[in-house]
Amino acid sequence: MSAIEITFMLGKILAFFGIVVALAALSTLAERKVSAWIQLRYGPNRVGPFGILQPLADGLKFIFKEEVVPDGANKLLFRLAPAMVATPALLAVSVIPFSFPVMIDGVSHAMSIIDVPIALLIILALGSLQVYGILFGGWASNNKYSLLGGLRSSAQMVSYELTLILSILVVMMLSGTMNLTDMFYDQETGQVLLWTIFKFPVGTIAFGLFLIAAFAETNRHPFDLAEAETELVGGFHTEYSSMKFALFFIGEYAAMVTMSCLLVILFLGGPTLFGLLVGIENTWVRALLGMGVFLAKLCSFLFLFIWVRWTIPRYRWDQLMHLGWKVLLPISLVNIVLAGVWVIYIAPTWGG
Amino acid sequence: MDTLTLMFLLIATITIAGSLITLWSKYVVHSVFGLMLALLGVAGFYVLLGADFLAVTQIVVYVGGVLVLYLFGIMLTPPDRAERNVKLIVFCSLPAVAGAMYLIGSARAMEGKWLPGKELPPPPGKHLIHQVGHSFLDKDQYLLAFELASVLLLVVLVGAVYIARRRWEASE
Repeated sequence: MSAIEITFMLGKILAFFGIVVALAALSTLAERKVSAWIQLRYGPNRVGPFGILQPLADGLKFIFKEEVVPDGANKLLFRLAPAMVATPALLAVSVIPFSFPVMIDGVSHAMSIIDVPIALLIILALGSLQVYGILFGGWASNNKYSLLGGLRSSAQMVSYELTLILSILVVMMLSGTMNLTDMFYDQETGQVLLWTIFKFPVGTIAFGLFLIAAFAETNRHPFDLAEAETELVGGFHTEYSSMKFALFFIGEYAAMVTMSCLLVILFLGGPTLFGLLVGIENTWVRALLGMGVFLAKLCSFLFLFIWVRWTIPRYRWDQLMHLGWKVLLPISLVNIVLAGVWVIYIAPTWGG
Repeated sequence: MDTLTLMFLLIATITIAGSLITLWSKYVVHSVFGLMLALLGVAGFYVLLGADFLAVTQIVVYVGGVLVLYLFGIMLTPPDRAERNVKLIVFCSLPAVAGAMYLIGSARAMEGKWLPGKELPPPPGKHLIHQVGHSFLDKDQYLLAFELASVLLLVVLVGAVYIARRRWEASE
């Protein structure tokens, strides 16, 4: 490894983790701002211009709050649980390519921290680890509302993971790869692939399924039954305070950012913009412009997550299970068959 | 000591500690936590051996799927039953016998082939996934085993639905 490669690697680690943590912090602010805008209020606007420093103020407040461990709580798991939510969510960032690959000394380097062929599977595996934090946190709190929240969350994640994986399978069939960089950009021919969402109807259906499952996997409205405050006080994090509570939040928002990244890469062509950026010769300029496009798409999905939360009412528990098992699962199974038809009969005539 | 050995020792410690927690902890939920550590450690071993696909599958299937179902069952039991009151000796003897048999069997199977310091088989390179896919659907390789496994899973699925459904009708 040459010095420039090591610098590049360190730069990538700092930049990408920085981006995700900053986006997670800013989306807590955006959450309040957008909700205020939807409900005709002002939202936080006292700390810094337009309240932009509010996340920092919140963070400081969290650090200075007292940590309460309830009586009869299971101390070990109670303390571990917040970290078990935040760690996998942040780890998943390491395999996400934020832009086109760049050339260093004639060798192509992917714009993800580690470039592995099974990046998609790694993200799925880390996503399935996140449920433990919620489950253990709910159980260790020694509170019936927390326990119910954890239980609901586990059932919900197991059910919707199916739909999530099956819709990703369709994307894998359409693009013929599991490497996330290859999903939007064929490295061998240098060709930009068509966005999956435009591969009607297969890609479009898969996009819809993935979007719904992503809401359920990240425990976001309208599927946030794990913390439904009208029924369960606060769900799995009822007993948490101070930085432990903040870690749960960081985990939730980081998971939201990762899911949005996946949506952008799998369905909206990642950093590509209708082939406009391909003509640029300098790979660094192209990578930077591509990253801009990627972040713009990413932010629009984050906005969608927040927008949905403040406009759609929460699902009831049985409706959630009904939707997951009796509606989404059959559709995704049929969609896989359709994807097979697409790959064999339609794709050759479309040129990929 | 090189990095690989260091990683091996670290992962081995985690795996063994996880297994011991699984066996000896007072709470069943702690046992599940220990089992999670052990399964993650096994996934770590797969990564060290260059089988990253197997590692991720291990996490998705065992840690992400099976273990969540364990936890789900355990959390539905009342808390006073969540403590274990089986005698430790009874609890440990069966796994100990099974483990010893496995150890002897695998030692004989390997016959000193992959002892520490010996060379590992070369890592399968970037297109591991393609190899896995082809060997599953190649009739000279694992097609029969793959299809049999899927039939078995289908039978299990249908059986589970049947059992759940009967109980549901009886309660009406």
